[in-house]
Amino acid sequence: MTNFRTNRRGLLKGAGAGIVALSTPHIFTKGAWAQNFCNDPTSGKIVFGFNVPQTGSYAEEGLEQLKAYELAVKHINGEGDGGLLNTLKPAALKGNGVLGRKVEYVTGDTQTNTDAARDGARRMIERDKAIMVTGSVTSGEAIAQQSLCQEMGVIYMSGLTHSNDTTGKDKRRYGFRHFFNAYQSGVAIAPFLAKEYGTDRRAYHLTADYTWGWTQEESIKNATEALGWETVATVRTPLGLGDYSQYLTPVLNSGADVLILNHYGHDMVNSLPQAVQFGLRERQANGKNFEIVVPMFSELMAVGAGEAVKGIIGTSNWQWSLDDEGTKAFTKSYGEAYGQPPSQSAHTGYVQAILYADAVERAGTFYPPEVIKALEGFEFDGMGNGRTVYRDTDHQCFKEVLVVRGNENPSSRFDVLNVIGRTPREDVTYDASIFGGELGPYEPNKC
Amino acid sequence: MFSLSRKDLAALAVFAAVVLTMPIWLAPFGAAYPGLMQKFAIYAIFAIGFNILFGLTGYLSFGHAAFLGVGSYTTVWSFKLLSMDIGPAMLFAIIVSGVFALLIGYFSLRRTGIYFSILTLAFAQMSYSLAYSVLTPITNGETGLLLARDDPRHLDALFGAQATAAGLPQPTLFGMSVTGYTGFYLCAVILIIAFYLSQKIFASPFGMALRGIKSNQTRMNYTGFNTRPYMLAAFVISGMFAGLAGALLSITDPLAGAERMKWTESGNVVLMTILGGVGTLFGPVIGAWLIKYFENIFSAINTNMLNGLFSFLPDGVQTFVVTVLSKFVGEGWHLTLGLMFVLIVVFLPGGLVEGFHRLMVRLKRQKATPDGVTSVQPAE
Repeated sequence: MTNFRTNRRGLLKGAGAGIVALSTPHIFTKGAWAQNFCNDPTSGKIVFGFNVPQTGSYAEEGLEQLKAYELAVKHINGEGDGGLLNTLKPAALKGNGVLGRKVEYVTGDTQTNTDAARDGARRMIERDKAIMVTGSVTSGEAIAQQSLCQEMGVIYMSGLTHSNDTTGKDKRRYGFRHFFNAYQSGVAIAPFLAKEYGTDRRAYHLTADYTWGWTQEESIKNATEALGWETVATVRTPLGLGDYSQYLTPVLNSGADVLILNHYGHDMVNSLPQAVQFGLRERQANGKNFEIVVPMFSELMAVGAGEAVKGIIGTSNWQWSLDDEGTKAFTKSYGEAYGQPPSQSAHTGYVQAILYADAVERAGTFYPPEVIKALEGFEFDGMGNGRTVYRDTDHQCFKEVLVVRGNENPSSRFDVLNVIGRTPREDVTYDASIFGGELGPYEPNKC
Repeated sequence: MFSLSRKDLAALAVFAAVVLTMPIWLAPFGAAYPGLMQKFAIYAIFAIGFNILFGLTGYLSFGHAAFLGVGSYTTVWSFKLLSMDIGPAMLFAIIVSGVFALLIGYFSLRRTGIYFSILTLAFAQMSYSLAYSVLTPITNGETGLLLARDDPRHLDALFGAQATAAGLPQPTLFGMSVTGYTGFYLCAVILIIAFYLSQKIFASPFGMALRGIKSNQTRMNYTGFNTRPYMLAAFVISGMFAGLAGALLSITDPLAGAERMKWTESGNVVLMTILGGVGTLFGPVIGAWLIKYFENIFSAINTNMLNGLFSFLPDGVQTFVVTVLSKFVGEGWHLTLGLMFVLIVVFLPGGLVEGFHRLMVRLKRQKATPDGVTSVQPAE
């Protein structure tokens, strides 16, 4: 009978054979990956990857964004009414796809979770051969995907992300942001706070505990302290909390007369109504009316928060009721497709997809460094935000910032926000070096 | 010392072959890309480690994700402070998670059954909350711990190997980058080693003692056998496996987030083990692969793809089929997984491995019936 027991010699032999066997598939696969750049579409399909939260606390905004991306692909491919392709100036897109080729897309669920976001993005890049990845509703997701895309050499167009870090400390050469940021919110909202609530106020911050919350808290704190306000306390709350009563009770006796809620999505939809139910807005403190400020909010949140949002001041990236050509065109196409006006989350996603496609068209190639150069410093108009520039030093878009207020007498379910001010682009432009960070190299990795 | 029984050796060979040929046999399933295959290997290691505790001793730890998280954080910190080489990173991840497991195990193992599970869950949730609140300087909270170009990396600096290239440094194994397929083969080899270790543990007297504890701990105690050191050892070993898996997660993708420690992750590894088969060698691995497959592939199927897939059907039927199926894919992947879990637990309590055994027995019986004269006679 044969002896199957291994001796040392047999083991060594086996190990040697194993190593040879191991390295063979590697040699073959390496050849398959050796392209000029990651997912070079010279002979393949043009695939965009849409990676948004479809479950988790920001799911609602994510699904809106996804719908807008699907609309953008239709418009790029020349289906539908063309949407913002008709209003973008200067526009290179002709409505026949990108560089004459039809665009396809894949989708993914980030689960409002950075790990899942990166898994999804890797799948899109490695399996589905996406040439560009886009989409996010939290800055955590955006920053995680952006740094992954830099490593892979694939351009990432972030969706809704408001943290200063996205184009500040954690900026990347391959990442671009159309959305505004917390710093700009602070600059835009400050004059309105001074006008409405005076310059002698004591503010209490409740802040969602992650990159966006931290930077917004910092920016709003700086902006309000410059007005002469005093910051009583800044308290961090975990993301996705349902019940804020333990955080709201201390506000009552803190001596503060303004509550600033640095919350977004579900967090704000929970915290604002709870704060109102606590009777905060009927309170008097320091001889003044107690006020609540939500520095950044969206119409989806306003709808979710219901009655509580009336009269609350905040900032917004975009609002469907604006009356410029771009906004009208987008609201019309989106409304016809989905039966409701688009949110700012949908808008920023749509614009990002169009801007990428347009940049490729202008660059005449999919080669990322050329596309990046086409986007850097690109000056455009007609996308609903007025004159806009993609700054080359940090890949942040500079445009007007809207100051909005919860509508006291809404005429419809969607008419929840009034635009009370538009802070011009020059006022919200800042020096890119204040946030540090480094963009990194142009040269793509070969994924 | 390194020898295995003939049966185990064959199992190891089959296992190694299956793991190493993943890029080939996963291709038809749409899962043959390095990102997912790395996850397959890593979560298999996690589940194998968990099975050493749960499968052998029957102690259900509901907080194993904490060790995964600790391993990840340690690895990223090793990249930041010491070196981009993965050697020290893995070593430290295993040591730190081992020490952490020792600490938690020391307290949790004073209780058995559901109390043990709740204690581990409590510790894990505590670590998770700490990572989000008090420990944010170490964990960077919700954003997750990221590498930066200007991290000190003392060891690298010592050897003058500081990355000069532009952009972020990448984890390396003796200067070789471990992304893409290299990363997968690295994880695969470590998975095979982990499988071998678990085989050795299963076959050892130590493993026998653990099985004894599972079947009747009181009896073991009455025979004068002190079970606590054995339990603690099993707990620490399985914590180290989890730490290793966490380290590999951070190696293949240098980022560590607190959500890795969340109770859902701990629950996931329990699901993986039960789905595949508790106490079996292959079970946890199969369970891990199945769950990761669902999470990554099923969740990405959208109505567009379904429409394409069923375009051969007549129009009305196609719309109907797509509408029904779309509830089970995409955002609905949890639903499919839940249904499958229920079915398996009800009909195959031993997991998929039991299903496979039943199938084999049935096939054998079919083959055996024609000349089944020598049927088994009950002993007299």
